[in-house]
Amino acid sequence: MTIAQEAIREATSHPLDDLLRTERIPHIWCPGCGIGTAFSSCLIAMKESGIDLEKTVMVSGIGCSGRGAGYVKLDSYHTTHGRAIPFATGMKLANTDLNVVVFSGDGDLFAIGGNHFIHAARRNVDITVVCVNNFNYGMTGGQAAATTPHLAKTTTTPLGNPESPFNLPLLAYAAGASYVARWTTLHARDLTTAIQEALANPGFSFVEVLAPCPINYGRRNKEKPLDTLRLFQDKSIIKNNAHPTELDVDWEKGVVLGTFVNNPRPCSTDMYDKTCRLEEKPEKKTAA
Amino acid sequence: MALWRVPLDAEQIDVTLGIVHIIKERCKGCGYCIEFCPKEVLEFSKEFNQKGYHPPRVKKPDDCVNCHYCEIICPEFAIYSIEAEQEQANP
Repeated sequence: MTIAQEAIREATSHPLDDLLRTERIPHIWCPGCGIGTAFSSCLIAMKESGIDLEKTVMVSGIGCSGRGAGYVKLDSYHTTHGRAIPFATGMKLANTDLNVVVFSGDGDLFAIGGNHFIHAARRNVDITVVCVNNFNYGMTGGQAAATTPHLAKTTTTPLGNPESPFNLPLLAYAAGASYVARWTTLHARDLTTAIQEALANPGFSFVEVLAPCPINYGRRNKEKPLDTLRLFQDKSIIKNNAHPTELDVDWEKGVVLGTFVNNPRPCSTDMYDKTCRLEEKPEKKTAA
Repeated sequence: MALWRVPLDAEQIDVTLGIVHIIKERCKGCGYCIEFCPKEVLEFSKEFNQKGYHPPRVKKPDDCVNCHYCEIICPEFAIYSIEAEQEQANP
């Protein structure tokens, strides 16, 4: 028997257990749900980026991915529906030392919370937004959302979705986000790197994660969880710095993944200090 | 995953050996680790865990190269690998 064969044994703890509230694991996410992968990539990125985890906060809204804040063993905030970004902005303004990570879903961030998203991106608030896009409202029973692809079947669109979905990276880019990336849960390693870059970026960073929702979205579109991941493998085109208008989610022609915007600009607190807190920094005034 | 060709320096490269650890009770049997392991090290086991899923089983323990992909793609925090030498140093 080789060393490896001898050493296979049942393990009891995971390397990420120090960042997890293990008493709540296993989590509520369905078998094959992509949120778990996105969440673990986010935790690995937070761990590897070397940021002070004592000063890191995770904020979630409502929905399946909103449970993320409840599973992380850091300071975390499970907020009202759609309002994860306003809470995160407030926290960042009150204590600029904090690293604020918003981990939430597409329905929360872009349907009910869409307005908050564009204004946080416009102000360039120094937060990192990880949006798990599973193409529907998973927790409430699979209704059509703002991100459901055209002709996809959901409980509220049994004949296929007649509408076009949001192109989230284009929205983030147009609103002024300084870092925009999109990956799928299959590209977990690139996703981890992107979240690390987003954490390091001063300013509003947005990472979209395409994730399978096997029970509510996949089942109605005849996709097993592994089929969804194979679709991610076969139909994705990796193209960094692609123009955001090319990024619509249309699996027929392929979905573009990569880092699209990495263009740091002064963030909201710096601009506020420069404009409204001149008298508190006389040495800077004389230098100028 | 089959290589297109064998790299010229393949014989000089020291391939690390990984040891896969599975937390069976956390597994929900999605099969991502089995399907996407680049060395096809894993397979579904016949046994059930407490929740009634089939957790993965290591079928080719000597092939694991400690790439951590199963660890990163597992949505359940139920599988990870450790390099063999490290494992022996602190068991």
